Amino acid sequence: MSNPRHDTPHSSGPSLWPIGFAIGVACLLLGLVLSWMIAVLGAVLAIAFGLLWARDVTRDVRGDVPEIAPETRVVADELAPGAVPQHKPLPAYPRSKFLEASLIGLTGAMGAVLTLPVLGFMVLPSFTNIDEDEVDLGPLDNFPEGEYVIATYLKDPAQGEVTRRTAFVRNNGQSEAGDPSFTILYSRCVHLGCPVQPNGPIDEERRIELKNAALLPVLAQSFGCPCHGGLYDAEGNRTAGPPVRSLDRYTFSIRNGRLILGELFAVGSVSGTGANARISRYPWSTPGVHVDGVEAWLYPIVPSQVTG
Amino acid sequence: MAKRKTRRQQIVDLAVLAPLDWIDERTGAVRGTKWFLFRNVPRDVSWAQTLGFATLIAFLTQTLTGAILAMYYKPDPNSAYESIEHITNDLTLGWLVRGMHRWGASVFVILLFLHMGRVFLFGAYKYPRELQWITGVLLLATGMLMGFTGYLLPWDQTAYWATVVGINLNGTAPFAGPWLAQFLSSGPEIGGDTLAKWYALHMLLLPGAIFALIGVHLYLVTRLGVVSPPWSKEQAGRERPVAEPTGARAGLVRRGTEGGAK
Ligand code: HEM
Ligand code: FES
Repeated sequence: MSNPRHDTPHSSGPSLWPIGFAIGVACLLLGLVLSWMIAVLGAVLAIAFGLLWARDVTRDVRGDVPEIAPETRVVADELAPGAVPQHKPLPAYPRSKFLEASLIGLTGAMGAVLTLPVLGFMVLPSFTNIDEDEVDLGPLDNFPEGEYVIATYLKDPAQGEVTRRTAFVRNNGQSEAGDPSFTILYSRCVHLGCPVQPNGPIDEERRIELKNAALLPVLAQSFGCPCHGGLYDAEGNRTAGPPVRSLDRYTFSIRNGRLILGELFAVGSVSGTGANARISRYPWSTPGVHVDGVEAWLYPIVPSQVTG
Repeated sequence: MAKRKTRRQQIVDLAVLAPLDWIDERTGAVRGTKWFLFRNVPRDVSWAQTLGFATLIAFLTQTLTGAILAMYYKPDPNSAYESIEHITNDLTLGWLVRGMHRWGASVFVILLFLHMGRVFLFGAYKYPRELQWITGVLLLATGMLMGFTGYLLPWDQTAYWATVVGINLNGTAPFAGPWLAQFLSSGPEIGGDTLAKWYALHMLLLPGAIFALIGVHLYLVTRLGVVSPPWSKEQAGRERPVAEPTGARAGLVRRGTEGGAK
């Protein structure tokens, strides 16, 4: 049925060390989240197996180092009189090789010229064309002291409903330094981005309509997420569920007695309350991304640090 | 003396075989088709080995129904939902084609996994079919991405928030995660450009990639043939001389195991 002579041994399979290497890397990554011991163990495993792998792969290439004989050369005047010095012909570089190389090189260059801008256009606008319009939430009187107000607004009115966002705004009165203080939380859950809801009754009768925004007072001292049960207290600190940091906040400014929303930033945690809260502030990042603790090492650079 | 052909045979020759020959002489299409379809398969192939072809049919159904849905769907944040409603409730047979595409998506993914399970249980991923497995893994990944990108298109609350969660899940991947998430949503969050980007991925880039991968996958199926089932009593294929492994694998192969299934 079968004839062994009709087959030649196929090329040998890859080395098995990469498996150990992969386990090491996995331990290292897990260890970063779980414990130092596991991370160190993982690092040791990865290095050990990595070296073994490299040794295995380069086995055929390395071999023994050949002994180099001392250089010898026949000097011209030592030649026997009348003998003609011998030259080896120089290796020629044939025309066909040159054409082949230029064809490949030129085609590659032309291909790059064509595709790189196209790929750039696919990727870059997501990072470079982020225009943050300022949002005007109207006169400060709209925000009674110590009470949360749900503010929904269009971030980019030209784009329409798809840019509707929600913030929870609380007027904290004056800070110790005598400046006006606001707590402005973003409604995006920092677990995976669902719309967080205030846990309390909304006062529909005191609804205020602005040009591109609407304000709705609500009696709430905590916020809950419908998706996976994340819970936050009145300062946006996580009290239950899977979220990995405190609710994102906005910077704000006050212009002509009107509250203007600024940019978003991420919050590690908040201690204290209201005007006296101490907030650990970080560049804004995707929900689910740790901003403090060891886990934050997994996200050394986030887009908002580069694009501002 | 050669037997004279009957009149019937002459007609067949003239009407069918001659044109086919004409084409084959110029393109090799007939020989190619024979190479692709008239293959030898093991005597005891199993029904489970039809799952790959079933996956192919599911994918082709998706391409056809998808291309026709695209004639009525509007990938714009302000009209996508209405256009889906219009397809489902107003247009003749729209409900049917949309239903085929929506349920077919699940059928496709289920068949993908069943086919992969069959290949795994049959050990069909082994030498010389490793690259078939690898193209298969890429097909699985692109196939799942089809599901991910398609789910957003109805642009209703489920679609929107499921996609928010999906994008942010990608965002939690170490190092590149937040960058990937920002690319997927065309900005820090889903905005005006997201839907069209996902539509382009769903109906142009990903299906194109899948077609190319299926081409390679099926070329390999044709070139290498299919394995016989693990319970097969017959020795399949040629014997593989056992070259003594060296290096880290030294000693991994037992002597005296030459040959196929006994
Ligand atoms: C669009 C998706 C896919 C299509 C259309 C497809 C199609 C096919 C077809 C028609 C065959 C011939 C044998 C059979 O029908 O079972 C086959 C074989 C095979 N497929 Fe796939 N496949 C797909 C995905 C996958 C995936 C996800 C894997 C694994 C990760 C895979 C791995 C293989 C392997 C190893 C074989 C060879 C099996 C043998 O020789 O018995 N394929 N595929
Ligand atoms: S998205 Fe809020 S808890 Fe998961």
